[in-house]
Amino acid sequence: MASKTEELRQRVLSEIEGVRSVKALSELKVAYLGKNGAIKALLRGMKDIPAENRAEFGKAVNELSDDVSALFEQKEAALKKKELQEKFASQAVDITLPGKRPLSGGLHPLTIVKNKIIDAFIGMGFEIFEGPEIDSDYYCFQALNIPKDHPARDMQDTFYFTDNILLRPHTSPGQVRSMEKGKLPIKILSPGRVYRADDDASHSPMFHQIEGLVVDKGVSLCDLKGLLDEFVRVIFDGDTETRFRPSYFPFTEPSVEVDVTCCKCHGKGCGLCKGTGWIEILGAGVVNKNVLKMSGIDPDIYSGLAFGLGIERVTMIKYGIPDIRTLFESNLKFLEQFDRR
Amino acid sequence: MKLPLSWLKDYVDIDCTAEELESRLFSCGFEVEEKIIVGGKTDRIVCCKILSIEKHPNADRLSVVKADAGKFGILQIITSATNIFTGALVPVALDGATLANGETIRAGKIRGVESAGMFCSGEELGITDDWYEGASVNGILILSEDYPLGEDMKKILETEDVMFDINVTANRPDCQSILGLAREVAAALGKPLKMPDLTYACNNGVSTKNTIKVTDSAFELCPRYISHLITNVKLAKSPQWMRRRLASMGLRSINNIVDITNFVLLEIGQPMHAFDLNDLGGKEINIRRAKPNEKIITLDNKEFTLNENNLVICDAFKPVALAGVMGGLNSEIKESTVAVAFESAKFARDSIRKTSRTLGQRSDSSARYEKGVDFYSPEIGMARALHLVQELKCADIACDEYDLMETRPSEKVIETTLKDINGVLGIEVPSDVSVQILERLNFKVRLNGEKLSVTVPLYREDVEDYPDIAEEIIREYGYSHIKPTLLATSSITNGGRDFLQRKSEAIKTFLVGCGFNEIITYSFVSEKEFGQFGLKCDNAIKILNPISEDMAVMRCSLLPSAVRAVCYNLNRKNENGRLFELAKVYIADSLPLKALPAEKERLSLAVFGDGEDFFTLKGVIETLLEEFCFGKEIEYAVCSRECMHPTRSAEIVCGEEVLGYFGQLNPALMEELGCEKPVYAAELYYDRLQAFFSDKIVYKPISKYPSVERDIAVVVDETVPCGVLMSCVKEAGGKFLEKVSLFDVYTGSGVEKGKKSMAFRLVFVSYDRTLNVEEIEKAVNNILSNLKEKAGAVLR
Repeated sequence: MASKTEELRQRVLSEIEGVRSVKALSELKVAYLGKNGAIKALLRGMKDIPAENRAEFGKAVNELSDDVSALFEQKEAALKKKELQEKFASQAVDITLPGKRPLSGGLHPLTIVKNKIIDAFIGMGFEIFEGPEIDSDYYCFQALNIPKDHPARDMQDTFYFTDNILLRPHTSPGQVRSMEKGKLPIKILSPGRVYRADDDASHSPMFHQIEGLVVDKGVSLCDLKGLLDEFVRVIFDGDTETRFRPSYFPFTEPSVEVDVTCCKCHGKGCGLCKGTGWIEILGAGVVNKNVLKMSGIDPDIYSGLAFGLGIERVTMIKYGIPDIRTLFESNLKFLEQFDRR
Repeated sequence: MKLPLSWLKDYVDIDCTAEELESRLFSCGFEVEEKIIVGGKTDRIVCCKILSIEKHPNADRLSVVKADAGKFGILQIITSATNIFTGALVPVALDGATLANGETIRAGKIRGVESAGMFCSGEELGITDDWYEGASVNGILILSEDYPLGEDMKKILETEDVMFDINVTANRPDCQSILGLAREVAAALGKPLKMPDLTYACNNGVSTKNTIKVTDSAFELCPRYISHLITNVKLAKSPQWMRRRLASMGLRSINNIVDITNFVLLEIGQPMHAFDLNDLGGKEINIRRAKPNEKIITLDNKEFTLNENNLVICDAFKPVALAGVMGGLNSEIKESTVAVAFESAKFARDSIRKTSRTLGQRSDSSARYEKGVDFYSPEIGMARALHLVQELKCADIACDEYDLMETRPSEKVIETTLKDINGVLGIEVPSDVSVQILERLNFKVRLNGEKLSVTVPLYREDVEDYPDIAEEIIREYGYSHIKPTLLATSSITNGGRDFLQRKSEAIKTFLVGCGFNEIITYSFVSEKEFGQFGLKCDNAIKILNPISEDMAVMRCSLLPSAVRAVCYNLNRKNENGRLFELAKVYIADSLPLKALPAEKERLSLAVFGDGEDFFTLKGVIETLLEEFCFGKEIEYAVCSRECMHPTRSAEIVCGEEVLGYFGQLNPALMEELGCEKPVYAAELYYDRLQAFFSDKIVYKPISKYPSVERDIAVVVDETVPCGVLMSCVKEAGGKFLEKVSLFDVYTGSGVEKGKKSMAFRLVFVSYDRTLNVEEIEKAVNNILSNLKEKAGAVLR
């Protein structure tokens, strides 16, 4: 009797050995371990076995059944592993092939720089105020203490639509409009397009300025210095310094021209700064009393600080762009260099 | 403003280097834009004496000259010059010398004979007669005095000088002269100013007032007019020192009288004019506005037709000068002149500028008047001119003068406190320092405790209030004393971008994420472009003084600029791209402009290149509208704009309002623009989108019950748009229809010709129970019958 189970064991062993796929294995498993399989058939033959041997035979068949099950499990695991390996091998990719990229866009460098400037001042409590680009003589000149006979109003500099309506040549009218609202204190930035009749490598008939204005009690030139120091550190390197020197603007008194240490040579002197170590970056000053008065603010109680800078100029210095016209040509080869950096 | 160091030294003792002076001027507000070493180029040119002149053995026109050049020895020089003679002192350029034009001279053989250098003309030394008498002669410069042989010519001719070109700000017209700048230099260096001599003696017994009649009929344009006669005029060359001063500033010497007027303009900053008394008809001078169509011929022989905006100086009958700009040819100084009426006046700068611009006539005088001449300058200018007349002995001076003015402005006194001044600066400048600085700048100061009373010098018309005084103090004290503070006394404000400003940034970020590059283009375009794009230009706002035809009209659409940017890129082999611009357009209510026009924000999009089509652009627009105008029902309607492809473009509509349009650009237009590739663009009316922006988020709970999906495919005429079917579905879908989406469009075998099959996925859900099969079947059937009825679509 033992030989019968042993014979079956040997057969199973050799047949399992020859199986090459999980599918064939599972068919074989049914043939042996299934309801109608060979092992169950042995048990069904129990009735032909003498009673005294039945217990022994039953035990041998059960052992065989357990062993065969284990063999099938082992074999299945091995086959699955192999099949998975083959599947992975067939799915292999060349990991050095280029990836499929999403389209990548970018902001205009002027917007990047404008946002940097705005963010620097927002942190110091400034709001953004945008005035109209087409504005009146009053807001562009008179209210800024630029009288009728001032050379700054010359037809050569400003674009006119009528005697009284013109393209603003600076963002300064934003100062007046925000002061007229009468809400104090004021801390605003006024960015936007401005226009002057000028067209060469360093002048564009349309360009961008940012005007800053603070009106409050007791503000002084020292505050202006503090604000601008903070601002240039955000825009340029952390060790950039500012220098004030006397200048003249009709709407500020005192007026200063603000230089920063050259970002290329850090003050040593180079071609960019013409050997001086300094680059002129903006105009600023204490708001002229007449300007405050005209906008309905009492200059004996309040004082103001104002500064204005050309975004193009800062952008060109920051990125080393030699010709202002490049900024307005919309050439993708140019624009793509500033992607979100 | 040009400032020769040598001339400056007449008024201030300068004991520092030119570099130190430059840096001192810079820190107190006078930037030196350029510093030129005058005569610096010429080198190794020395004085020599001619010992002998012999004919060149090999050339008829050349001579072999022996000359004694002192420490440089006896030189043999070959020359073609014929004006030299034995014993003459002449300049000789030695081997390696540099001429004024930068040319280098080398010793060498000329026609076989050695020449150690070259004799020089005045021109080769960079000078004319005005600098050194005889320098303009055609030939070698013959020196007129006995100079040491071998002496450097720069020393002999005094050509070596430093010329500063100083940027004088518009508030300081008083510094548009040598004297004005000398005043600043004296203050900056803490040195006394040596005033030029203004004294003169009247010596002819003639009275100006008894000889001529001078009237000012236009005080508003001529607030002050001084007229003084000189007689027995002896017209001659000016002395060398004066001619040199004029030459150093680029002015040619004319004669002593004219030179005096030019000299006073440079030195004092007061424009002067000299009339020949004999030419003043009726012995009258009247300052008045020109009559319409009145004519004048100016000194340079140009005729001008005038109007009442032009100020003229007239005699009893006719204009004799265009006030402040140029004298008339009819009254100029000439050989026969024996008596002169000097004019020293203040004219309104605006009037002079307008006249000069409208007539296109400029002069040194008009340039000076445009910057502004102060009220007191005319009397100083006249006194200086009369002193020079006396010094040059070129005429006798009348005993009185006309000094016409409406009112004499009173001396300006500013009452302030040190506290106010220091308040502007933010630092405490020591009171004695403040007072010293102001006194150095010729302010009269009275300090009484904190109270400060400051009398402003007459020439400082720009100083009006204590902030001006603060500026005077700090520019001399030094801006390096200003210490940074961060709004120490100011109240705290919140700051930041407002809602719409944040949205604009968010939209830009969204577009960048979709692969768009931001462009910034000019706000003005050419009028031609309007027509090309079929845009109505009735209300286009035109610039009166454009710099070119391409930038003449304010744009009323962003589309042409976007398309132009695409063409620019395609022409440069940038074959794929996505561009956007968020900017304003300008639209007038009526023309000519009476009020400020509307400025409306627009958003333009443009895509081009492989993989781009109508739907890639539409996809971006759909997502943008869904993200930023959430919950708005957007429809796409037929677009019939001239610039767009008639069957591949759409209007974006929300209710009654058009939000923009997009699609492929009309190929005919693109051909005209020289671009064959398909380009897709959109213009969104951003100001209208803004009205839909909202930060409000309404949370909608997710249904706990399972949703049911049903796919239907219907066959319909090819011409029926998807949108119609969609609305049929939504209309009949009932309250449980959550979502409809198109997932397939098919034409071809199995579908009748002229028809298409469209497959939709329907999603049904209820928020309070599980839907049963019957409910869903009913809804699907309703949808199908509505599709059939309204669109002729049948289930496939």
